[in-house]
This record gives sequence, C-alpha cells and structure tokens, in this order.
Amino acid sequence: MRVALVVGLVAAVPWLQAAAQSVDPTAAEFDKFRAVLEKDNPAELFEAKGEHLWRTPGGPKKASLEKCDLGLGPGMVKGAYAQMPRYFADVDRVMDAEARIVHCMISLQGFSYAELAKAPFSNEVRTPDPVSLVAYVAGQSRGEKLAPGRSHPKELAAYNNGKAVFFYRAGSFDFSCASCHGVDNQRIRTQPLPNFTKPDQALAAVQGWPGYRMTGGVVHSLQWRLNDCFRQQRFPRPEYASETLSALMTYLTVNASGQVYKGPGIKR
Amino acid sequence: MKFTTLAMLAGGTVLLGSCATDSRDPTQVRAEALTMMQRDFKSQGIAGMDRLKEDSVLAACNKYDDNPPPELTAKLEKEQFATIQWPADGKLMGDWKAGERIAQNGQGMAWNDKGGVGGSCYNCHQIGPATTSFGTIGTSLHQFGKKRGYGPEIQRYAYGKIYNSKAYNLCSQMPRFGHVKALTEQQMKDLTALLMDPASPVNQ
Ligand code: HEC
Ligand code: HEC
Repeated sequence: MRVALVVGLVAAVPWLQAAAQSVDPTAAEFDKFRAVLEKDNPAELFEAKGEHLWRTPGGPKKASLEKCDLGLGPGMVKGAYAQMPRYFADVDRVMDAEARIVHCMISLQGFSYAELAKAPFSNEVRTPDPVSLVAYVAGQSRGEKLAPGRSHPKELAAYNNGKAVFFYRAGSFDFSCASCHGVDNQRIRTQPLPNFTKPDQALAAVQGWPGYRMTGGVVHSLQWRLNDCFRQQRFPRPEYASETLSALMTYLTVNASGQVYKGPGIKR
Repeated sequence: MKFTTLAMLAGGTVLLGSCATDSRDPTQVRAEALTMMQRDFKSQGIAGMDRLKEDSVLAACNKYDDNPPPELTAKLEKEQFATIQWPADGKLMGDWKAGERIAQNGQGMAWNDKGGVGGSCYNCHQIGPATTSFGTIGTSLHQFGKKRGYGPEIQRYAYGKIYNSKAYNLCSQMPRFGHVKALTEQQMKDLTALLMDPASPVNQ
C-alpha cells in the first residue's frame, strides 16, 4: 500500500521522478524526497514482514527463528543488532547481523547456504527473506547506541582484518575501499563519498541500513551495499555472508561505535 | 607455566575479555586478510580471481600506505614508464569529440560489464565546462592544454598519464588505462585530444 503510494507520488511529480530515475539526483532533490518518505518509511513494511517470518515456522524443519541467538541469548532480539558484528562461540567466528540470521535459517530451519546465497539481493519483484528479517532485527535496535563486539581476540582480529581489506588496492583499476572512502569531501560525479576512517562519517555505513533505496525502490541491506561497491572496485565477487564481509562491517561499525542507531532508513 | 598461573589467578576469560590484543604484526595481518579474501571471493563474469593479486606497484603502495621510500618509488616509476607503448605512427592526438564520449562513459571492467570500456574520467575530474556532474577524486582538468601549453611534451605527458598514471606518481589513485588494456590506443589518442586540442571545449 505505502509502496504503491510512493510509486504514485514519484510518477506524479516531475522532480521526484527525476530523483528516482537519474543516476545523479542532486542532494537538494534527494532531501525533499526523503522528507516525503520519512513520515511513512517503506522499510517499515519489511520490518513487519520480517517479524512475521521470524515468528512463523518455516524451512524444511518447520521451525521458527524464535530460538535464534543473536548474541544476547536465544530469542533476545531487542538491542541485538546494535551489538553486532560480534563473536559467536558456536561458529567460532565474528558475524554481522545478516550472516547470523542466515546461520540461524540454516541451523534452525534447515535451509541450505547454497539456496540462500543463490539470489540474496532485492529487486523490483522479490525481497529475499533474510533482507526482511534483518530489517526486523535492525528495527528492534532503534535508538540504541552502536556497541559492536571489540573485546574478544577474534573481534579484534576481525577489525584489523577488515581494516586491511579496506585499504587493499588491487583489481583492474587499482582501487581499494579507501580510494573512494578514505578522504573527506570527495565525490564520484555528484555522489558524495563518506570517509569511513572518521567516526562521524563512518556512521553513514550503518545509519539508514538496511534501507529503502529510492534508486530502484527496494529495501537493501549492507550485504548488498558492500557487494555493489566491490563490483565498482572491479574486484571479483565476495561470497554472500562471508567472513570477509563481516570483517569489513566490523571495521566500519567499530569506527562508528557509540553513536545512536535510528533503525532502517532511506537511502538515495 | 607462569602464564597458566596468572590466567588462573585472574580468572582466565575476564582477563582475556578486557585486554584482548592482536599479537600479529601488520605484514601478518595483511597476509591473513588476503588469504581470507582469496577464500571468500569468487570469479564472476569478466572479473576473475587474478584481480586480487598485487603487482609490484600495488605491493609497494599497499605495504607502505601509498607512500613507499623514495628510492623504491623512483625505481618502480621508471619501470612503469618503460611499459608505456607509444603510438607507432607518432601521432598522439585523435578526435576530441570521440574523447568527450569516452570521458563521459563510466562503464567497463566490472563483473557485469561485457566489453566496451569507457574512461570514467568525469567520475573523478572536472573536464569540459558543460558537464557539472563531475567527481573530485582527481584534480580539475578544465583548460588543461590552455594552462600547460599545447606543445609536444605536454601531449606526451597527457597520453602517458592516461596510459600509465603510475609512471608519474607511483601510488596515484588513477587507473592505468593503457597498461591494463582497458582503453585502446585510439581511445587514448581521442582523450589526449580532448585535453590538448585548442579547439576542444576543455580549452575554451
Ligand atoms: C569506485 C568507487 C567506490 C569504491 C572502490 C567503493 N565504493 Fe562504497 N560507495 C561508492 C559510491 C559512489 C557510493 C554512494 C552510492 C549512492 O549514494 O548510491 C558508495 C556507498 C557506500 C556505502 C553506503 C554509504 C551511505 O551513505 O549509505 C558504504 C557502506 C560503502 N560504500 C562501503 C564501501 C566499502 C566497504 C568499499 C570497499 C569494499 C567500497 N565502498 C568501495 C563508491 C565506491
Ligand atoms: C579514480 C579516479 C580517477 C579516474 C577515473 C581518472 N583519474 Fe586522472 N587523476 C586522478 C588523480 C587522483 C590525479 C592526481 C594525482 C596524480 O597525478 O596521479 C589524476 C591526474 C590526472 C592527470 C594529470 C593532471 C596534472 O595536472 O598533471 C591527467 C592528465 C588525468 N588525470 C587524466 C585523466 C583522464 C583523461 C581520465 C580518463 C581516461 C582520468 N584521468 C581518469 C584520478 C583519476
């Protein structure tokens, strides 16, 4: 319903249409668009869908996810997102929220990794279940301070590994993440590039994610964002929910820690 | 022995929890991060796993945070310069109109691209005055020829820089378009003309 309304709005108002379709909407246009959307954030629809998925028995094992341990104990969802990525002893690795949810869908519900990783990102016709689930879990940390794990040795190692990945230049164009996100006030065309090495700007890597993206009109998670940045970096493709992505998210989230997370949001 | 006693005294996990350290040195961290990437990445479309490798230039830039010691920098820049293949016909200037289209085109070399590579110059540089949506990772190239002069050395510099940016500035953030065969000789000539032709809008 809300999504339909937004689509209607976009079609009716020329500048909104331009903002949704052009690759480079100006910042002012985007802010106007966001002001319209923020009252009725379409991401909330996916939070509701995710909550339903969380509670409803599903998968080959016909189990719900209510026993999933997101780090605060089985079934504890409130505040858990703001404390991830973190170390999980049962898998002996650091996981971000989506990687953890995928783990629970495999271990509790009996899905296979291959099945979940086959088409993990949203498009106009389909929002994969882990995306809705991560939106629900993220919504349950609205207003919480970001406090990702940083005390376990593996959490520290994940931070340092993530940092090394962030600065690793390779690929056809010699880019690293830092080529585009390592300096203040740089842009690609008109798109501003946050400098993730600074705490205030690192917040952009967390705030608003998962988010309703007006370019394309679907809800995406951070897994998608990092995947698409590696594409722009001309690297090969990182495996969905892999340790490399969790390590990168650890680096980004720890850099932003202490700041308040406002829940699933809106992205250009 | 000593360590065990200490750990028991302090209650093991608590001690670990509050003062966890990463005992690895930076070289080791980088090596392990790379191993992790080699495991976690898959080739996709035209983007093969060979792209995760660092050549001599990137190995130096990665190791020294884009600031290798001067002697190493000079040596590698010289090696990079030697890789530049200058046009056999000796002509460095093509058609600036074609160059403008190449500069605008930001496609190419990503896993979903098929062929047909653009220069993506506007992604990073201000160039022609008509395009206001330009990036700022690179310096402004507006009036490049007009400011630098239209002589053959500057033509050579423009062509060489596009061919292999690292020959002039080892850890430049600019891609090496000729070196990695992203752009053809003709495309690089056209781009040189875009920057260097006195009739190009860039130099008005
Ligand atoms: C070639 C350029 C380029 C590279 C390399 C790159 N990015 Fe990005 N990144 C962008 C652009 C452009 C955007 C903004 C997209 C938009 O606004 O829609 C962006 C956005 C992001 C965002 C979302 C920021 C926000 O405000 O919501 C994150 C997080 C991010 N990048 C992380 C990374 C990481 C981590 C890497 C390395 C794996 C990386 N990027 C590599 C160009 C790049
Ligand atoms: C990802 C960013 C990026 C892209 C894409 C890029 N450049 Fe650059 N370029 C830079 C940076 C950064 C510099 C300045 C540092 C240096 O000299 O290496 C630069 C410098 C230059 C210079 C030297 C300027 C001077 O005043 O000496 C020229 C000429 C140039 N670029 C041309 C181009 C052309 C033509 C293209 C497209 C084929 C292009 N660049 C694409 C980042 C980029």
